[in-house]
Amino acid sequence: MDSTYIFLQNYWWFLVSLLGALLVFLLFVQGGNSLLFRLGHTEEERSLLVNSTGRKWEFTFTTLVTFGGAFFASFPLFYSTSFGGAYWLWMIILFSFVLQAVSYEFQSKLGNLLGKRTYQYFLVANGVVGPVLLGAAVATFFNGSNFLVDKANMSEQLMPVISSWANGWHGLDAFADPWNIVLGLAVFFLARLLGTLYFLNNVHHVELNGRCRRQLITDAVPFLLFFLAFVIRTLVKDGFAVHPETQAIVMAPYKYFHNLTDMPLLLVLFLLGVAGVLFGLVKSIFSVTYTKGIWFAGTGTVLTVLALLLSVGYNHTAYYPSTADLQSSLTLANSCSSLFTLKTMAYVSVLVPFVLAYIVYAWRAIDKKPITAEELKKDGHAY
Amino acid sequence: MLESIDTSMIDWSRAQFALTAMYHWLFVPLTLGLAVIMGLMETLYVVTGNEFWKRTVKFWMKLFGINFAVGVATGLILEFQFGTNWSNYSWFVGDIFGAPLAIEGIVAFFMEATFIAVMFFGWDKVSKKFHLASTWLTGLGATFSAWWILVANSWMQYPVGMTFNPETVRNEMTSFAAVAFSPVAVMKFIHTVLSCWMVGAVFVIGVSAWYLLRKREKEFSLASMKVAAAIGLFATLVTAGSGDQSGVQVARLQPMKLAAMEGLYDGGHSQPLTLIGDIKVPKMLSVLATHSLDGYVPGINNILQGGYELPDGGVALSTVEKMHRGQQAIAALADFRQAKQEQDTVAMAHARQTLDENMPYFGYGYVKEPNDIVPSVGLMFWSFRVMVGLGMYFMAFFALILFLSWKHQLSKVDWLYPIAVASIPLAYIASQAGWIVAEVGRQPWAIQDMLPVNAAISKLEAGSVQTTFFIFLILFTVLLIAEIGILLRAVKQGPGEH
Repeated sequence: MDSTYIFLQNYWWFLVSLLGALLVFLLFVQGGNSLLFRLGHTEEERSLLVNSTGRKWEFTFTTLVTFGGAFFASFPLFYSTSFGGAYWLWMIILFSFVLQAVSYEFQSKLGNLLGKRTYQYFLVANGVVGPVLLGAAVATFFNGSNFLVDKANMSEQLMPVISSWANGWHGLDAFADPWNIVLGLAVFFLARLLGTLYFLNNVHHVELNGRCRRQLITDAVPFLLFFLAFVIRTLVKDGFAVHPETQAIVMAPYKYFHNLTDMPLLLVLFLLGVAGVLFGLVKSIFSVTYTKGIWFAGTGTVLTVLALLLSVGYNHTAYYPSTADLQSSLTLANSCSSLFTLKTMAYVSVLVPFVLAYIVYAWRAIDKKPITAEELKKDGHAY
Repeated sequence: MLESIDTSMIDWSRAQFALTAMYHWLFVPLTLGLAVIMGLMETLYVVTGNEFWKRTVKFWMKLFGINFAVGVATGLILEFQFGTNWSNYSWFVGDIFGAPLAIEGIVAFFMEATFIAVMFFGWDKVSKKFHLASTWLTGLGATFSAWWILVANSWMQYPVGMTFNPETVRNEMTSFAAVAFSPVAVMKFIHTVLSCWMVGAVFVIGVSAWYLLRKREKEFSLASMKVAAAIGLFATLVTAGSGDQSGVQVARLQPMKLAAMEGLYDGGHSQPLTLIGDIKVPKMLSVLATHSLDGYVPGINNILQGGYELPDGGVALSTVEKMHRGQQAIAALADFRQAKQEQDTVAMAHARQTLDENMPYFGYGYVKEPNDIVPSVGLMFWSFRVMVGLGMYFMAFFALILFLSWKHQLSKVDWLYPIAVASIPLAYIASQAGWIVAEVGRQPWAIQDMLPVNAAISKLEAGSVQTTFFIFLILFTVLLIAEIGILLRAVKQGPGEH
């Protein structure tokens, strides 16, 4: 295969993984919302929390959409197979995000039909369902899904569909594998930790800030438990390897462990990421004035998730394995777009740093000062 | 027994996509239309320093925010439905179709998401000019988004810039410029975005007229109506012009769509345009479709039977012949893959040649009956007339308001205010009718001539799609009612108490 083509496949896997990693970081919005009633005891406190994540929810939403779009453009067979097959898994995720999208704007407005509390429950529901299901969906990259791909079907005039799910559960079967749930819960507790750290940085309120620090301890324990369990199990289990010459998919012992040792840069990224998360967390727990934990934990999250997603796609690994038919598994090479499209999209990707730059600039402009109850009273657009 | 696709599942998938698209389109036009009106009003504020404009723009911004959220939510569902419900489509043309969606995310959505936060929350946090730039960039982001999604839609109507690769069993892009700047995309963008400005203008005029009717917010209402009418008239004229060009494109590229729009079964030269019933304008359809008095316009029967002369000088094939050639193309694809497996290069070359010769009719190979390529004529006929009729009404409406505003008579025409208020739903009806013409007219094709909906589908159970259809129906309807309730309360409250 053309070396440029191989490079572009890897480049696009990197970009998709980066978007995925950024999305997990931005799930702090969902994690924070899941704590709305636990942290916010009064209407004023809940209003502060909602207005804090409410100025950032669009980024999470946009990153989710762009993650989908980039996957579609660069690895259309994944888009086709996973979304069309794991129908219910994705649909539930989408339903929860629809509820979230309107809940900020609608909750405090007169005439909102369902009442403020309902919209707040929607935010909590999305805060729980979003991270758990997205985490479970990502776990299937390591544990496999039940699908078949046969491009020859396109010649069947009566049933020309090339990808199909091999059971009637259409994605809900992901929950039959407890390790998918383990990662789902790890992502959920991570999102809560990130949300709490963001509140510490973005909301100025003495009682809330105190509660946030205590909440960090409550969520840190299950997070570490689930995260370590998933990582250790993944490193010691058999993985889905691609034979470099024949492109056949085979099971390989300690595949994901070897991926990290074969690509030491990823190992460094992973360890740096974990260290960043732990540093941000521990310092925020023990220092009552420290508010910058979100930046260490957030950067750490991006690096950790990036390393994990890169390790599942690089080094001759099938990133979306099929448990129904091993040879139907998706690899970077068999699921990607054409050389022309990947190249064209690579030119477009030079805009990414520019986009990131204006996001950072605008983010800083809005977040210069933490949100206070006084500010909300004056703000004409407060939620 | 051979497995075949459950046709009710196809219908439910189509219904779900149509439902999501129609709900999405209730919110997008106002977003695009209000964005430009807000941008102009805030520019007036920054240039003149007059706090009146700040108060005015903040009010419209509040309504913009209420409307925006549901548009975002429904848009998310639309994008992912290409994968969830049209997975075969996503592979067959994902190499081309995915690119505009990804660019939309990278270029447009992030711009919108970033600057909308500054627009709403930045009044006291950033400088006046930065805030003004953010308001315009929010609108620009939404417009860029429209550009890329319309590029994607236009490609489904007029697939260009690609070639079929039998080894990967999909179409692959060969020219990004041909896809991104196809004449159909350019015209569709102008027509659609400017029609959204019309909707925004009608909305602003209608709300302002309601205040005048209630003897409230006089200065605010008259100023808002003036700005909106100017934008609305400009938008209507451009929309009409681009509509004319779109008609020529449809006649050339999607003749069945045009025939259905006109309810024309037996065409010919010098065709009249049917207004309603037996009222016809002689030769007008030929003029609109071909820009020639005696131009040939095929009817539905002509297209089914073939044999007429095409604009490029060739002779149109009958639909039966196209179906036959499509079946040959599909069989050649199977032969090619078989030969490749057997490493028989001679057979591969032969199959490839047959495939290439018949590829323009590939999609017809999945069509079961010739009449399946005829879209719903009644729905098309009336939707087109509703769209055009209302478009002409709005041209007169905006011109009248602008004239009255210029003559300083706008505050004295009480009879006009109820008409202006009642015009708000008409703008939405016109907009929806336009999309019905565009999308129903394309049926049964997901991609014109290349892939019918029955071959674009995901392999799901009808019950699953039926369930999600009703969940979406309830969800979107509840959100729509909530939004209308909030908008009405916000309007009632008015800018004075903002």
